[in-house]
Amino acid sequence: MRLTVQKTYKMFVNGQFPRTESGRSLEVKDAKGKFLANVCWGSRKDVREAAVAARKAFGGWQKKTAYLRGQILYRMAEMLERRNAEFITELMAMSGKTRVQADQEVAKSIDRLVWYAGWADKFTQQFGCVNPVAGSFFNFSVPEPTGVVGIVAPERPALLGIVSTIAPVILTGNTCVVIASQKHPLCAVSLGEVLVTSDLPAGVVNIITGKASELVPTLSKHMDVNAVVDYRSDMATFKASAVEGADSVKRVIGHLNITEKSWYDDKKCQNPYWIQEVTEIKTAWHPIGV
Amino acid sequence: MKDIGTVDQVNIEARVAMLCKRSIKNQAKIAGLKMAISMMDLTTLEGKDSAGKVLAMCNKAMHPLESDPSIPSVAAVCVYPNMVPVAKKALKGSSVKVASVATAFPSGLAPLPIKLDEVKRVVEMGADEVDMVINRGDFLAGRYDDVANEIAQVKTACGNAHLKVILETGELETFDNVRLASFIAMQAGADFIKTSTGKAAVNATLPVTLVMLEAIRDYYYATGKRIGMKPAGGIRTAKQALQYLVLVNETLGDAWLSPDMFRFGASTLLNDVLMQLEKQRTGAYQAGDYFTKD
Repeated sequence: MRLTVQKTYKMFVNGQFPRTESGRSLEVKDAKGKFLANVCWGSRKDVREAAVAARKAFGGWQKKTAYLRGQILYRMAEMLERRNAEFITELMAMSGKTRVQADQEVAKSIDRLVWYAGWADKFTQQFGCVNPVAGSFFNFSVPEPTGVVGIVAPERPALLGIVSTIAPVILTGNTCVVIASQKHPLCAVSLGEVLVTSDLPAGVVNIITGKASELVPTLSKHMDVNAVVDYRSDMATFKASAVEGADSVKRVIGHLNITEKSWYDDKKCQNPYWIQEVTEIKTAWHPIGV
Repeated sequence: MKDIGTVDQVNIEARVAMLCKRSIKNQAKIAGLKMAISMMDLTTLEGKDSAGKVLAMCNKAMHPLESDPSIPSVAAVCVYPNMVPVAKKALKGSSVKVASVATAFPSGLAPLPIKLDEVKRVVEMGADEVDMVINRGDFLAGRYDDVANEIAQVKTACGNAHLKVILETGELETFDNVRLASFIAMQAGADFIKTSTGKAAVNATLPVTLVMLEAIRDYYYATGKRIGMKPAGGIRTAKQALQYLVLVNETLGDAWLSPDMFRFGASTLLNDVLMQLEKQRTGAYQAGDYFTKD
């Protein structure tokens, strides 16, 4: 008889797995209310550290070729596929899914990563254009990453939700700070282990676990976060975020009230416009030779 | 020189680790950060320095944050000799002093007459403070008298200007050497002792600063003379600055918590401190984009 070694669920910041600086923890329960694990109860200072890491990673990630970013997203899919058994077990324990349902969620997450991976070298053509101007100039408008993006991931589905929200943000060269599902955070932490083995540079994705009520205002007020995409809050919280974000002229985008079932629907939640909404359009004039 | 004793490295590191755990929040933090600004030697020491860059830095030195007049100006700007007239002119009428590095900074490897001439020239050009480097080659070879003589002659050449003696602790190998060099500098007439040029692989660290602060304390007990301290190089965050202030307060006390007795040599520290002060004022974490780059 031996004791199994339990996994310590920590956060994922700057390519490492730190505990929260606050020293607090939250209990995660399974579908029947039984204790499952402790996770970090992240604080505003953890968000601050994550934002610093994301800012630092932005320059390098943005400069990588679109092709390489696509390859890295594809690599994330590869890693997730290899570890699907672990995610299935976690999803079953955490959200009370049957094996078939959990299997379906992991498979969908992998497919979604592959789908977004393909967009990395295509979004510029789709969302950019050559503008007709009166004069001997070329005039181009091209989408560029907006910078550091805060993501408030949905509560459920625990894995598919976070994967579907990270992928469209980072593929253009943005970096992100993600507030993971509060009730079902284990998969988000394990996703960090996938990301760290996917050649994703440290700091491109940072995952904080804890209470959204505490973490979201820090994100939306943060002067060094360029956009917040919220998939979870109620309308009142979202409006407050939008007001708080005004000081830094932040894009605060809400996709609220998406049902758990919708996340499986490619028509609703596999959306190229989710790529576009966290880009900035840059327009350049270029003289045409006489 | 034998009576100055040696340094207990383990004890120094343990004490630094203990003092760094102090939690400084809210009003105390704001006061500490403003104090740190008032003690700063805003520095630019690059080969590509230009009059324009020095002018911009001088403006920032006088008014670190245009929007908030409660933030004090820094103690001094620290520049290369050729930039002294530019800085002097820009800072005219303000409380900000001009410090110049001299004596073949950063290596100190030039003939002594040339170094003395350099010191005289920077003082003539208007430098209020002179930051000299010791000859580390002489020191490590054990020629302590030569090191001391050189400092004494530079001190004479300084006239009324304040003399800061850079030990370049990153090149002195041991804490015992740092303590010895500190005493040599203080006995030879230094007004301040300073850790580093900022050009070595290792610059100011908390442990080495504590060693020097203890040397200053012991020298004060022995002679009654108060010598100032300036850690420089590698101090980039507001948190680090507060840790240094804690160290000073716990080792030397209130009397040293003034720009006359303690300075930070730094270039990027100021913006981080300003960002922290803005964070305290507004409640939102700040971004570098909203602060002028020196």
